[in-house]
Amino acid sequence: MRLINRHPDRSGRLLLILLPFALLLFVYFAGSAARLADNPNDKLLPSATQMAAAVDRLAFTEDKRSGKYLFWQDSAASLKRLGMGIGIAAVVGLCLGIAAGILPLFSAPLSPLLTVLSMVPPLAILPILFITFGLGELSKVMLIVIGITPVLARDLEQRAREIPQEILIKAQTLGASTWTLILRVVLPQLLPRLLIALRLVLGSAWLFLIAAEAIASTDGLGYRIFLVRRYMAMDVILPYVVWITLLAWLMDLGLRQTTRLLFPWYEGAKA
Amino acid sequence: MSAFIEVKNVWQEYADQVVLERLNLRINEGEFCTLVGASGCGKSTFLRLLLGQERPSKGEILLAGKPLAAEPDSSRGVVFQRYSVFPHLSVLDNVAIGLELPRSKLLGRLFGAAKREARASAEVILHKVGLGHALDKYPSQLSGGMQQRLAIAQALIMQPRVLLLDEPFGALDPGIRKDMHVLLLELWKETRLTVFMVTHDLSEGFSLGTRLLVFDKTRIDPHAPNAFGARITYDIPLNSDRRAARAAVESLPAHISGNLQPAQ
Repeated sequence: MRLINRHPDRSGRLLLILLPFALLLFVYFAGSAARLADNPNDKLLPSATQMAAAVDRLAFTEDKRSGKYLFWQDSAASLKRLGMGIGIAAVVGLCLGIAAGILPLFSAPLSPLLTVLSMVPPLAILPILFITFGLGELSKVMLIVIGITPVLARDLEQRAREIPQEILIKAQTLGASTWTLILRVVLPQLLPRLLIALRLVLGSAWLFLIAAEAIASTDGLGYRIFLVRRYMAMDVILPYVVWITLLAWLMDLGLRQTTRLLFPWYEGAKA
Repeated sequence: MSAFIEVKNVWQEYADQVVLERLNLRINEGEFCTLVGASGCGKSTFLRLLLGQERPSKGEILLAGKPLAAEPDSSRGVVFQRYSVFPHLSVLDNVAIGLELPRSKLLGRLFGAAKREARASAEVILHKVGLGHALDKYPSQLSGGMQQRLAIAQALIMQPRVLLLDEPFGALDPGIRKDMHVLLLELWKETRLTVFMVTHDLSEGFSLGTRLLVFDKTRIDPHAPNAFGARITYDIPLNSDRRAARAAVESLPAHISGNLQPAQ
């Protein structure tokens, strides 16, 4: 049978899903065991016990200096910045996208501008952000906003253009003004697209967050990783990376489920 | 008496292409006009002009003696071949939104008793077009024919004076198409609607309309195929029985005709 016609069955599928993860873990821990057998003080590939100890120290023991649980403090600080950044970017991106995609008078000045702005590498203007907004929370949130808003806006502009002209005409014959047309016809149809776009920019949002925290911060997941790098504390860095990955994956899952729950019409309407 | 819709010397041109030339037409209220002609001969363009989606390059169109509004509004309902219904609203709300939008300028949405009332009126119309069993479904769960029934119900709830149909049944199976013809004629008889329907199907044009308008190019320059536009080459009165029945009902005083059931 041709390869293209062969499908895994249910249990086979699950096995195939888990296989690469198991393989990855196996390769890591085999390497770790080998290096630690050579040199018990090796820091490069810490064992599971070493990482568990580090997590215990950071997540479940009070920090002697600040009296706080650093792991949770870092997580809360990072999530707050990320949430604010993504939230602001979503609202601004949605407004710009609708304006540029639906209103021809706004499209003319906005579309080329958005195209150019989305080409500015956000990290290159990070120093400008620090200079204008200071080293506080604002500049970190702004980096995320500036980094992902143009992408969101351009995507939503495109999606808004894809709404058939017939739908917009029909709404007008049903007595809609421009404002109510946007509110009741365009916006509800774009919200699921927004959630999908957010899933796609989640990776960049995390990238900008970690970058901002690495450069100027006193807490946060990115800050901690770059702080302990000086001591080659791989036993801290690796669990942090796993935790960030897990958080990002959960957000992605959450956005996907939200789309399905809030917009049950969306899956069918795509066909 | 002046005609309900008057088309006066209308031309439509895009860049160097003439699509329609010198259209002159007088349509009485309540007529069912079917528009036929070869592809690309301007039937749909004419419909877009009536809808206000486009403005004629020359000439003018009068609706009840006044120039036609230059953008789509609630005086003219429309049903397209596709994409006529809102995918994000249930069947019931697809129709109820027509009552909500004009009455709520700020949010385009009604609440409480007003909303229940709008939904109740929507339900009546939906039962009439045979969608009473599918009120809570989304359009994507409906068949093509049912989606077009929904689109018609949506247009009718606005009680427009003119209904524009752009190949509304073009994508439907022949059997379903027959059902839709019956439905459309019933609705037309009950209301005083003036209908314009673009169709590719000549027999559909003949059996439904009270007036058949054939669009065709009368002049063709083989070296410049776009230099001349289409005109109405035939204007054929049809189904005189229905036309007469309607005229008779309309000539009765309002207090009597209001109580009359339409003749079948």
